[in-house]
Amino acid sequence: MKVDMSTVTKIKKGLDIKLIGEAEKTIKDLVTDQFAIKPTDFIGVFPKLLVKEGDTVKAGTPIFKDKYRDNIVFSSQVSGKIKEIKRGAKRVLLEIKIEADGKDEAIDFKAEDPKTLDREKIIQKLLDSGVWPFIRQRPYSVIANPADNPKAIFISTFDTAPLAPDNDLIVHGHGEAFQTGIDALSKLTNGKIHLNIDANATHSKVFTNSKGVQINQFSGPHPAGNVGVQINKIDPLNKGEVIWYLYPQDVLAIGRLFATGRYDASRVVALTGSEVLRPAYYKTKIGAAIEPLVKGNVSDTEKRFISGNVLTGTKIDLDGYMSFYHTQATVIPEGNYYELFGWALPGFNKFSVSKSFPSFLFKNKKYRLDTNYHGGERALVMTGEYEKVFPFDIYPMQLIKAIMVEDIDLMENLGIYEVDEEDFALCEVIDTSKTNIQEIIRRGLDLMRKEMS
Amino acid sequence: MKALREFVDKQKPHFEKGGRFEKLHSTFDAFETFLFVPNKVTTSGAHIRDAIDMKRTMIIVVLALIPPLLFGIWNVGYQHFLSHGMTPDFWPMIGFGLLKVLPIIIVSYVTGLAIEFAFAQARGHEVNEGFLVSGMLIPLVMPPDVPLWMVAVATAFAVIIGKEVFGGTGMNILNPALTARAFLFFAYPSEMSGDSVWIAEKADAFSGATPLGQLLVLDTDKLPTDWSMFLGTIPGSIGETSTIAILLGAIVLVATGIGSFRIMASVVAGGLVMGLLFNLWGANEYMNIPAYQHLIMGGFAFGTVYMATDPVSASQTNRGKLFYGFLIGFIAVLIRVFNPAYPEGMMLAILLMNVFAPLIDHYVIQSNVKKRLKRAKAVAA
Repeated sequence: MKVDMSTVTKIKKGLDIKLIGEAEKTIKDLVTDQFAIKPTDFIGVFPKLLVKEGDTVKAGTPIFKDKYRDNIVFSSQVSGKIKEIKRGAKRVLLEIKIEADGKDEAIDFKAEDPKTLDREKIIQKLLDSGVWPFIRQRPYSVIANPADNPKAIFISTFDTAPLAPDNDLIVHGHGEAFQTGIDALSKLTNGKIHLNIDANATHSKVFTNSKGVQINQFSGPHPAGNVGVQINKIDPLNKGEVIWYLYPQDVLAIGRLFATGRYDASRVVALTGSEVLRPAYYKTKIGAAIEPLVKGNVSDTEKRFISGNVLTGTKIDLDGYMSFYHTQATVIPEGNYYELFGWALPGFNKFSVSKSFPSFLFKNKKYRLDTNYHGGERALVMTGEYEKVFPFDIYPMQLIKAIMVEDIDLMENLGIYEVDEEDFALCEVIDTSKTNIQEIIRRGLDLMRKEMS
Repeated sequence: MKALREFVDKQKPHFEKGGRFEKLHSTFDAFETFLFVPNKVTTSGAHIRDAIDMKRTMIIVVLALIPPLLFGIWNVGYQHFLSHGMTPDFWPMIGFGLLKVLPIIIVSYVTGLAIEFAFAQARGHEVNEGFLVSGMLIPLVMPPDVPLWMVAVATAFAVIIGKEVFGGTGMNILNPALTARAFLFFAYPSEMSGDSVWIAEKADAFSGATPLGQLLVLDTDKLPTDWSMFLGTIPGSIGETSTIAILLGAIVLVATGIGSFRIMASVVAGGLVMGLLFNLWGANEYMNIPAYQHLIMGGFAFGTVYMATDPVSASQTNRGKLFYGFLIGFIAVLIRVFNPAYPEGMMLAILLMNVFAPLIDHYVIQSNVKKRLKRAKAVAA
């Protein structure tokens, strides 16, 4: 539609954590036949299994559905065989492992131009094919409710998290699929589609030439790329309102569904982190096994494998799988070591936002950070810390405390609908008291959702 | 290092659940984490964490307290010999000062830490590092001649009544070190005020009054020079006299970002504004002293830099901190000039604002809440 180049929303508060291990801008093919769907990737979903071990599936075959919203199904991303259904404590469904057969068969959901379809038909197609779960909503970051009419749809085209993938590179050459995806989405809301770009770094024509969207420019440090921050600055959420959101590769999947009639779960993943020998981008499918991705390409130290980034990602084992929504894998050293007088020594190599370590003098230094807490958990003593990295017009510590005491009214008044756990990730990183803040925010959001349903 | 680690690892099982010294777990943990930053790794949320922790934070505050402490030690000796009409060399003054100050520090730390450890143990918590700072603040706000048993009683009162009954570190309403000071002031007024307590083993003939004491009786002509008040070569509590030493500490706190510059600046602003208002009024000589002199007398500077900035008892919102700080400076000068019974207003001003800090935050937060409600209403309409 139009790019208003004059207005750039400047995010002032935040922090870019500079790490070693940025992916080189080349896309390689990842050869693997091991995939999985992890029901735990979907907040608030109670999985009801639709297949059993040994079943043959095609791309688009329903694997499980949500027990409480049973029109929302989750489909196989490849054609092949259900290899294993892995359960955890209390028989919680952890992974449905699928071995691809290489035949690339897919259920045909019919190629159709979304412009010729009405809202109902588009929703039905998205639901039937298992593509619907790409569309999530705020508040709560759960899969969108097809019965809602959101006040707007937000797409963040840039990721500001540490070592984040470059979406310009990923969508290169996929302009048509992206536009088709936008066309389908535009039928789902009476409001606008906000396509948010980085004023300094987004150059891809796939984004800047998109039609039927409002392009908003942002600049500033992380979390400027968080959709929650963008919503807060452009069209803040009020009680009772709903906004849907997606990321570029999700839009591509929707576009390809309408263009080809197939559920095409292709995904480019950035393999990053200090322990990766040759960090690069890999073309694969959603839920790929991590082992073939990192094999022969990581250091010998004790490592942590993360699906996602270091701020919000999920810890996985070497025999684990990428999560549904993630487009990045990170490998960093584990930090299970003791450090003699670590708190008292000058600490020239330590990463800290506080200026109590000399490293603040070297602003552009890139770090190899591990998973050590660097201290014990303590009472919330320091104040004014979170505010430096939290660009919302919200009092972060007061909201955290309101959640801790489960004061529903106060949580609502302090703006819980406008935030997600990822928006508090930086607060958690820099916190002197070593509180697990994201966990608290998630608890608050779950509590609100229960209260409101 | 390896041998030490092995030794600690060998002892550890005795202090864990089912071990012989299970009841001393918190104590063991405190010593272990003093020696070693633990090997604990992240299990939820962000995978990486900042290198800062509570120990680092507190040690920097203690570091910032070193300049007033060193000056205080020297000044205790200097004032003592001065009152006897002697001017010995540097080291005898330091020696006398150490003899007076060290025991107070030791009593403060031993009493406070013993209680902290006991409470942590009873609650099954880790020992919080906050007392590393309080334990140093308490001696620095004491008169040099304070009896040691009083230090012990005041410290115990501050830790138990000022902090632990509210739930421990992070939950207290009043600044613990000031609680100790206030307790002594109200429980033993004759040992904590007047002209005789500010110089250790003072010669009887020597006046020994602090600048604030002299101003209270409107002896403005006996006031020391600005320079000696700024330097701190005047009688007073151990750590409070030298504005310049305190400024050094303030630089450390502000540069590291650990002390709130917002609060410090607004306390100074509040004190100056009240001082200037008194200048305009000018009903007596006290009101007519230049406003800046309030900043270099008594406990104003010390309170501004080390007491008002205590994050737990101060306002917690950035905007609230401005009101909180301003009112401390404002009220401190007000009390000084108006209260005939007590020459120093800083302690009471900070304690008063400690009590009001949550109220200030409440109003700041309510304005944010109202903004949100208004926005929602505008959409609904």
